[in-house]
Amino acid sequence: MSALVIAEHDNTSIKSATLNAVTAAQACGGDVHVLVAGQGAAGAADAAARISGVVKVVHADGQSLKDGLAENVAAQVLAIAGGYSHILFPATAMGKSVAPRVAAKLDVCQISDITKVGGPDIFERPIYAGNAIATVQSGDAVKVITVRTTGFDAAVATGGSAVVETVAAVVDGGKSRFVGRELSKSDRPELTAAKIIVSGGRALGSAEKFQEIITPLADKLGAAIGASRAAVDAGYASNDLQVGQTGKIVAPRLYIAAGISGAIQHMAGMKDSKVIVAINKDPEAPIFSIADYGLEADLFQVVPELINAL
Amino acid sequence: MIILVPVKRAVDYNVKVRVKSDGTGVDVANVKMSMNPFDEIAVEEAVRLKEKGVATEVIAVSCGVAQCQETLRTAMAIGADRGILVETSAELQPLAVAKLLKALVDKEQPSLIILGKQAIDDDANQTGQMLAALADLPQATFASKVDVAGDKVNVTREVDGGLETLALSLPAVITTDLRLNEPRYVTLPNIMKAKKKPLDIINPDALGVDVAPRLKTLKVAEPPQRSAGVKVPDVAALVEKLKNEAKVI
Repeated sequence: MSALVIAEHDNTSIKSATLNAVTAAQACGGDVHVLVAGQGAAGAADAAARISGVVKVVHADGQSLKDGLAENVAAQVLAIAGGYSHILFPATAMGKSVAPRVAAKLDVCQISDITKVGGPDIFERPIYAGNAIATVQSGDAVKVITVRTTGFDAAVATGGSAVVETVAAVVDGGKSRFVGRELSKSDRPELTAAKIIVSGGRALGSAEKFQEIITPLADKLGAAIGASRAAVDAGYASNDLQVGQTGKIVAPRLYIAAGISGAIQHMAGMKDSKVIVAINKDPEAPIFSIADYGLEADLFQVVPELINAL
Repeated sequence: MIILVPVKRAVDYNVKVRVKSDGTGVDVANVKMSMNPFDEIAVEEAVRLKEKGVATEVIAVSCGVAQCQETLRTAMAIGADRGILVETSAELQPLAVAKLLKALVDKEQPSLIILGKQAIDDDANQTGQMLAALADLPQATFASKVDVAGDKVNVTREVDGGLETLALSLPAVITTDLRLNEPRYVTLPNIMKAKKKPLDIINPDALGVDVAPRLKTLKVAEPPQRSAGVKVPDVAALVEKLKNEAKVI
């Protein structure tokens, strides 16, 4: 029995979501191997080899893997899948896109977004926006899994000394082509890995106000910025900042929700945070029902006050 | 160009579900059911492509119980031309649905299949990608913009760091994200018109697909509940609590 973790990386380094997936893989039992599929990804492969608990890194490098096209990455996973009892992906945009292709080709079910491993074939996963937790058992020979990163501690990124085996990259499938990418540039911590998150909602009223109110507080706290769906839909914040059932799932040490009423879909994405602070004018806002500290006030007045007090 | 749009009947997004006391599942009896919101966005996108003259026919498909006919009628009220129900009372998991859809893709030969990225009941986020793999088609998940140009489709996707654009050769599979479009309100005349549109009902066996579930649900439980904490009177009290009680800043 051994598990293969598909690394989330940027060719030079390993993204933290990979470390949570490694921990989940260890819980499944057996050796843990990591696949680094990319182009010019030796740096990422070396970083993967240093992850504590990883026995082997499989490094596939080539033009077909440069932009992470789901068709090619899935083909790469399938090319080396033989012999693994578990194939795990972090539940990132990449993992969610590739894992079901791998599962379908292997004719096995996929277990999405696991939060706990109960045995080699038993897993817990949230359903209905986290309003219920299902314990499921897979009868298939290979378990293809996506891992909810907030469900597992990160494996230690250093101290390991896994062997790195190089394999040939798959041939480009030719049916899809990468055109371009517009990534939000930010010096802030990554939303899903941040210790503190400051999130803004519709109450901010405009993109300018969102910037003017939320950004200085996040700067002061060294925090990542999040947003509710309403704020993203209204164009106050970019799509990659959305926290919720279908956005990012986060669990920082401190989550500050400013002007967010607390739709169940939003709370599904942040209710596992250690400490939640809610700032809202409306005393009936559902967010207060899960907040450790609620401040019933006008955010335009108290957020600047909070910045001064810190 | 034909577009196939699979739609799922799911618990309405405003319903807060309750876990059954015997732990066998969630209680969906007497709960409002609607079309999965992401699928509604998929239908809207397909219908807009037809209105622009890009598509010639929009076929809505649903897999499940007889009541899924209502979901198909809603799709047709938005503007789909006809509906297909693969009727079964068996529990359907994403792999089984993907196989049923693959059989229909073989039969109907659509150039595009547009699906919701995930259903808000099982939150699986699998069916579109599985269908793409089984039919050996290119895919673009989490679409926020779709542009058909000749035998290609350019899709802008919402990814972790921002946006990414892919060009796919048709036929292709697209899954929708929230900001692709805002579905129209269905009007009464269109609801009446939808009642007259053709709706075929077929059996999974007729498509030669074994739909037996692979994943067994052992138990469904309430998540750990988080209780409300305290209200603080002002910023000074909040900062004091965060520093000395929670010790997070």
